[in-house]
Amino acid sequence: MNSPVISVRNLWKVFGPGGEKVPGDPKLSQSSPADLLGRAGCVAAVRNMNFDVAKGEVFVVMGLSGSGKSTLIRCLTRLIEPTAGQVLVDGRDVLQAAPAELRELRRRKMSMVFQHFGLLPHRTVLDNVSYGLQIRGTAKKERHAASREIIELVGLKGYEQHYPDQLSGGMQQRVGLGRALAGDPDTILFDEPFSALDPLIRRDMQAEVIRLHKEMGKTMVFVTHDLSEALKLGDRILIMRDGEMVQMGSGDELVGSPADSYIADFVSEVPRADVLTLKWITRPVDAATPADAPVLAAGTLIRDAIPLVTDSSCPVLVAEPGGAVLGQIDRDSILSVIHGGVSHGAGSHGIAAQLPDGGSHASPSEEAVA
Amino acid sequence: MATLLRERTAAAVPLAADPALWRRINRRTWLLLAAGALWLLGFAFLHGTATLSLPAAELTDLHRILNHFNAWIADNRDGNPVFVYLLTPLRSAVGWVAGFFMAIFAASPSGQLIPVMGWLGTVAVLTWIAFAVGNVRVALLTAAVFTFFGFQGLFVDAAYTFALVVTAVLLTLVAGIPLGVLAGISNRVQKVLTPVLDFMQTMPTFVYLAPLALIFLIGPASAVIATVIYAAPPVIRLTAHGIRSIPENTREASDSLGTTGWQRLRTLQLPMARRTIVMGINQSTMAALSMVTIAALIAAPGLGQVVVVALQSLDVGTAVNSGLAIVLMAIVLDRVTTAASQRAEPGAAKSRRLSGRTRLIVLGATLVLALGVVQLSRTILWAAVFPQNLNIGPAIGDGVNAASGWLQANLYFLTHSFREAVTVGILNPFQSLLTDTPFYLLSAVIILVAYAIGHWKLAAVTALSLAVIISLGLWNDAMVTLASTLLATIMVMLLGIVFGVAMGRSSRLDQAMRPMLDAGQTMPAFVYLVPFLGLFGATRFTAIVAAIIYAAPVAIKIIADGVAGISPTVVEAAVSSGSTPWQVISKVQLPMARKTLALAANQGLMYVLAMVVIGALVGAGGLGYDVVAGFVQSSVFGKGLAAGLAIVFLGILLDRITQAAAATPVRRQVPVRKQVASKI
Ligand SMILES: Nc1ncnc2c1ncn2[C@@H]1O[C@H](COP(=O)(O)OP(=O)(O)OP(=O)(O)O)[C@@H](O)[C@H]1O
Ligand SMILES: [Mg+2]
Repeated sequence: MNSPVISVRNLWKVFGPGGEKVPGDPKLSQSSPADLLGRAGCVAAVRNMNFDVAKGEVFVVMGLSGSGKSTLIRCLTRLIEPTAGQVLVDGRDVLQAAPAELRELRRRKMSMVFQHFGLLPHRTVLDNVSYGLQIRGTAKKERHAASREIIELVGLKGYEQHYPDQLSGGMQQRVGLGRALAGDPDTILFDEPFSALDPLIRRDMQAEVIRLHKEMGKTMVFVTHDLSEALKLGDRILIMRDGEMVQMGSGDELVGSPADSYIADFVSEVPRADVLTLKWITRPVDAATPADAPVLAAGTLIRDAIPLVTDSSCPVLVAEPGGAVLGQIDRDSILSVIHGGVSHGAGSHGIAAQLPDGGSHASPSEEAVA
Repeated sequence: MATLLRERTAAAVPLAADPALWRRINRRTWLLLAAGALWLLGFAFLHGTATLSLPAAELTDLHRILNHFNAWIADNRDGNPVFVYLLTPLRSAVGWVAGFFMAIFAASPSGQLIPVMGWLGTVAVLTWIAFAVGNVRVALLTAAVFTFFGFQGLFVDAAYTFALVVTAVLLTLVAGIPLGVLAGISNRVQKVLTPVLDFMQTMPTFVYLAPLALIFLIGPASAVIATVIYAAPPVIRLTAHGIRSIPENTREASDSLGTTGWQRLRTLQLPMARRTIVMGINQSTMAALSMVTIAALIAAPGLGQVVVVALQSLDVGTAVNSGLAIVLMAIVLDRVTTAASQRAEPGAAKSRRLSGRTRLIVLGATLVLALGVVQLSRTILWAAVFPQNLNIGPAIGDGVNAASGWLQANLYFLTHSFREAVTVGILNPFQSLLTDTPFYLLSAVIILVAYAIGHWKLAAVTALSLAVIISLGLWNDAMVTLASTLLATIMVMLLGIVFGVAMGRSSRLDQAMRPMLDAGQTMPAFVYLVPFLGLFGATRFTAIVAAIIYAAPVAIKIIADGVAGISPTVVEAAVSSGSTPWQVISKVQLPMARKTLALAANQGLMYVLAMVVIGALVGAGGLGYDVVAGFVQSSVFGKGLAAGLAIVFLGILLDRITQAAAATPVRRQVPVRKQVASKI
């Protein structure tokens, strides 16, 4: 991981009267959401949040409705004014930025895609996409040329002169995406961009985002409440509850070793074999295992290992990228994953307990909470 | 026309089965009954004493002081710095703009009655403008109507009226749109502005005139200033409303791209609020026309002047001819501005038949044509001044006079006996109930009613308003006006309930009647007097009938909306449990629309009051008469000014009491915190 583009430190957002007192007050800042509401009449939508986003990473923020995801992502560019803490973008604190500097940040470094699109109904697709460039003061000819390229990139060629209400939801969100891309920002923020779309279109759009990420390599912060979307897109996932971070890690870390029953519940519906890699089920090598047994890389998805393991007459060895053998797996361990995925709960903890080194990065949330 | 658009909601509130509420309603009923008993007893035993009546020609000291004040201003106009550096330059500036437009459309200031453009040129240019901002249909309408003014022999008068409306609307927009934008952007401005606009809209047109004439003298300049004050609230409100109703997520998206405040205004707020703003321009224009015609009383030239002169000489034919011209002008202004607001619809461009470039070419070509016609009418006499031999105005007037004479002669029995029956049977007794009861007693009764409806605060406002009216020395005249106003409002409410409930229950009837009601609401107050003058002659009764017809549309519409807004499942439940239609109306729909009824009464009262005072022009007495007399005779100027003030306070009193009635019963609000808690 290279140096972070965005670092969030002790970030708080408290809605309600007297909210600015909450982060500094040891009693209030520790109290539960219901207590806080009862005693101070405030809602802490973001509580003491800490994380880094690396350059080129897709960082997903997840949580149930009302957990504070939208608030958090809006705090990054101060669309919502944070109550306390720091947001460092390229080392500069956004919270200290003067209005002009903040505008520059929004114009050139970070743009956003919204759940409800937020397109301007009185402007054509072309004018919507070039809106950001117009705001920056780019000449008309130039911004239209740039926007036409972007429109082609997001697959809307031929619709330049249409108005938003003449487009389907998916196409409207492509316009929203185009508008965010047009300014060529370093980072794109997404707030549940696809939850207003139907499942098929959503899949298309997810593929679109993956393609754009590959082609342009932009840093992305992506808010969603859909776990499969998070697992599909995210390099790392942060899970929030009541404004707090519960766990942060890669998809297989969350599924393989949930920090608590909340997360376990959250991930229980996921087909585990599709997410977990072999390292999560590797056991020490048995003496009886022949030395010439088949070898698989530790990063292989369990699902992909099924044919080889079921066909093989003996257990299969699992090796690290360097070549050192980590351990072995057999039919039983694979079956227990598939079975555990169905009956959820205890199984997942059992697997976590077997992990040789899983504990070290499995529950960073406990450090954050402490 | 007292209230064009108010942001008051007309939501139907279901009857709450709250015991505390019932206690309160009972207490209120007791208080109201007590007030009624007190009034009747007082009238029976003390009637005729302490009536504070003041004969028309008599003045109080206050009136004389105001007269002196008038003289003092006349003497100091040239010396006082406020006048020299502020008011007089303002008057000259406004006068200059008005003069400019009058010279273009109506007549050059040098006195010769030849407009700069000539009548044909004027018609051509206005038609082109209607085409440019609207469409071909409204352009044709404009051409037809303005040519018809020529046939009516009223082209020059219509052109004066039009020129004043244009001046006033331009100045209104210059002042109103920026104010509206500020109110849309800033909560603080909105908070300061809203009560001011509310107050401006409760004042009947009439009362602006005297104080403005005092400060700015009579003539086009003060007419325009009065009109701007009257016409500004709708465009300010609607501009602010348009900006405030832009969806939060659009605004957020624009902010996320780093817009400055100015960029946000230019690229987001103004374009998205454009249609609402143009609707505001429509309402302001209609208000301006209404006021410009009434400003005839302070010597504004134009159609209003013709009507006033005709009303004063009881020349019904001429009044109808020029009243018709005002109606036609209202239709043209309404249609053109409505077409403009449809054109301003976001994204309207995509459904247009002509592409942008073709349209520009067509516009350019037609403009050249219009300018050619202007040139023509500068050189040829028949195109400059409408030919006299085509003038059928006198013929229209004579025809109407003959018809009115015939009606009055042959229907004399009907109209006369109807009028007399109502006057003797209802109007006189009711009026004497108000005017002959001792003032202290009646004041106490009114304050008691206010207390029953809205507690101490309302009672205090009421007491204050009554005290002002009494100290202005116009108690008796105010009671005369109040009697007519209350009677007319009762009739308005009856009409409102009958037609409103019928419309609320049948969407077909609603569709049939609504265009008529909308048209009725756009007409200037003035023209309502004319037809009833022809039928009933110059009496109080005529003014009351005109007021009823003027105020009925707004009440009907509010009640229809309220009844139609009742949840269909409630009505369905009532029907399914076997209620007759009459039971559904009386047990479900009317009680549930209670709040709406009070709102309709509020609006109806304000409209009626505005009209009853204008009714002084056709023989109604009371405060309106004092105001008109003040314009005509300088010896009672002070009394007229005081009467204007008394109207304002009477309006405040009626407005507050009916608003309070519309606001109760207030159900206790669930504490906000609990709502938030349940959401989490
Ligand atoms: N403007 C506001 N004023 C007061 N409270 C707010 C405001 N905006 C959000 N909240 C509260 O903050 C909490 C977090 O809201 P937020 O919109 O960030 O949730 P979310 O995770 O984005 O939910 P969703 O998935 O429904 O979009 C909620 O409890 C909400 O009630
Ligand atoms: Mg959200």
